[in-house]
Amino acid sequence: MLTNLLSGDTPRSRVLTIVLLVIFVSLLLAPFLFPGTRSLETAARICIFVVLVASYDLLLGYTGIVSFAHTMFFGIGAYGAAIALNHMGASFLSILVGAIAGAVVAAVLALAIGLFSLRVKAIFFAMVTLAVASAFLVLVSQLSGITGGEDGLNYKIPRELTPAFKLSSERLFGVRLDGKLLAYYFVFFISLALFLLMLRFVNSPFGRVLQAVRENAFRAEAIGYRVVNYRTLASVLSAVVAALAGVLLAVWLRYTGPATTLSLEIMVDILLMVVIGGMGTMYGAVIGATLFILAQTYLQNLMAVAADATEAVPLLSALLSPDRWLLWLGLLFVLSVYFFPTGIVGRLRGPEKCTTR
Amino acid sequence: MSGQHTGNTSIAPKIEQASLSEKLGQRAPLLLVPVLALVGFAAIANPSTWLTLTAAGLAMGMMIFLMASGLTLVFGLMDVINFGHGAFIAIGAFVGFSVLGYLSGWTAEPSIWLNLAALLPAIVVAMLVAGGAGYVFERFIVKPVYGQHLKQILVTMGGLIIAQQLILVVWGPDAIHLSRPETLRGSILFGDAAIEKYRLVAVVIGLGLFIGMRLVLNRTKIGLLVRAGVENGEMVEALGYRIQRLFLAVFIVGSALAGLGGVMWGLYQETITAHMGSEIMVLIFIVVIIGGLGSVEGCFIGALLVGLLSNYVAFLMPKASLVSTIALMVIVLMWRPQGLYPVVKAK
Repeated sequence: MLTNLLSGDTPRSRVLTIVLLVIFVSLLLAPFLFPGTRSLETAARICIFVVLVASYDLLLGYTGIVSFAHTMFFGIGAYGAAIALNHMGASFLSILVGAIAGAVVAAVLALAIGLFSLRVKAIFFAMVTLAVASAFLVLVSQLSGITGGEDGLNYKIPRELTPAFKLSSERLFGVRLDGKLLAYYFVFFISLALFLLMLRFVNSPFGRVLQAVRENAFRAEAIGYRVVNYRTLASVLSAVVAALAGVLLAVWLRYTGPATTLSLEIMVDILLMVVIGGMGTMYGAVIGATLFILAQTYLQNLMAVAADATEAVPLLSALLSPDRWLLWLGLLFVLSVYFFPTGIVGRLRGPEKCTTR
Repeated sequence: MSGQHTGNTSIAPKIEQASLSEKLGQRAPLLLVPVLALVGFAAIANPSTWLTLTAAGLAMGMMIFLMASGLTLVFGLMDVINFGHGAFIAIGAFVGFSVLGYLSGWTAEPSIWLNLAALLPAIVVAMLVAGGAGYVFERFIVKPVYGQHLKQILVTMGGLIIAQQLILVVWGPDAIHLSRPETLRGSILFGDAAIEKYRLVAVVIGLGLFIGMRLVLNRTKIGLLVRAGVENGEMVEALGYRIQRLFLAVFIVGSALAGLGGVMWGLYQETITAHMGSEIMVLIFIVVIIGGLGSVEGCFIGALLVGLLSNYVAFLMPKASLVSTIALMVIVLMWRPQGLYPVVKAK
């Protein structure tokens, strides 16, 4: 049953299994284990980013193509939900409409980009996606009538998902049973379902072909698989899942703006999570996203302390200031691509080939 | 493919001549720039506005060409796609602005010689520093990942982020403003059309460098080696040339050109930020893809097309400027999936 749920792709390492179980249980019981608004925010962010990163891994790790437009699809989903909630009122129907619209737009755009740029060289894809994503970002900030421009959109979500909604006046283990709790589980279970769905994808015959394309596109073509079609389909699938993750973010934050969904910074975060967690292993996304977001939330405070402590040394203090967070991420990123290409999951699984056979 | 036989002896060599349509097809990209200019003329319908916009577009195209040429050569020669190329643009701009700021007494004088005396060291220092940064980048970031596209993209992107953050550390987070040297301000009137002096300077420098680059590539031994390396690197190596060293040299020169482009772009905008590199990279990628990865001529034409188009569209429909260049890229890719001048690799 459990193996079935995981599509037969078990962690295959005792340490990895334990780590994943700890993460799963912590996320499942997050409202009860770690009470407080901030930790709940962090837990929900982790859920959403696990899905987002896993969908990116489908592209980067399994198919071996680099896209810089993943945040664009994430943003399309988020803006889809945001615009629908803004115009159709705060109901579950508008979330659904927004999600479907976002997913369809993302799929069509991914299909178009894929057909244009994956046809010739996979390397075109990286450049074309970068160009299209920046054009999209500019467009979103300019069309302020629809998207709210740089300020983004604030909107209401269904009352059942807000703290004002009381499930019962009693408390369970000291936690208020309110709409915020419902919202968290809304995010958690949809994320879980999407993650298991992607695990299903990559362990299906389709996923095997993707890995074949990654390892040797020429041979895959020779065996009779249309490499372009498989690459394009993979990019469409990953775009749709990213858009759905965007919907979750839009519902959870009750705000959608360019900085939270579309910026290049988030793209870099995603890249880093995939690489640190381990490319080509869905579980890498879980570990990468969890570690990264925990570090982002709690380590930046530490950097502020370090910057204050070294105030006497001007350059060092500037290097350690929390604004330079991205500098250290960049360094970490380059180093992990060189010395740590299989990521944490690859290391934990040991020297045997980390790809599933 | 119509072969024409010369003479009637059987041993006469058969000279394959391209048919007229094929010749036209090869030259067709050259016509794109005048065609685009004519279309722009028809759409704008005001000669003086059109002249101003065309000059602006050509100047912008020349500057983009300067920045993109290094990238396309590096790709052609070594199959390395450098996502961190924008870092050299930003570094060049910041270093050049620092020098100009230091020499601000000279730039404020209305004397053209004093202005040039300030501009020249700024450009030289900027190119030297950008070239040096290129050397470091090649040794530490690009070299370990030769031949692995996926890692190259990831690592050079990481390098770009590090470089941008270091710029923020050194020069601070605020945008830097600097006005152009006194004699390069203002514009010249051609009838009703006002053309900024600085744009003319940019066109002259860009055109000069393009011609110079063509001369080096087509008339010198080094150029011969570079072109041979683009076509078949292994063969050049087998003939006893160190292609690694050649590649390093091209990488450094390309970075220095990007630095020059950065200074000129900075003076054009009169404002620079640490993120300017990654912003221009978008245009550069579009140009390089349009031109065909690895081709200098294609890059030149692509840059002019993008420069003209974005200026025309910025006048006609301000919001659609960046989108229009992407549309141009899509159209070109539909026509020629490998870009205007595909670089044919001998395998």
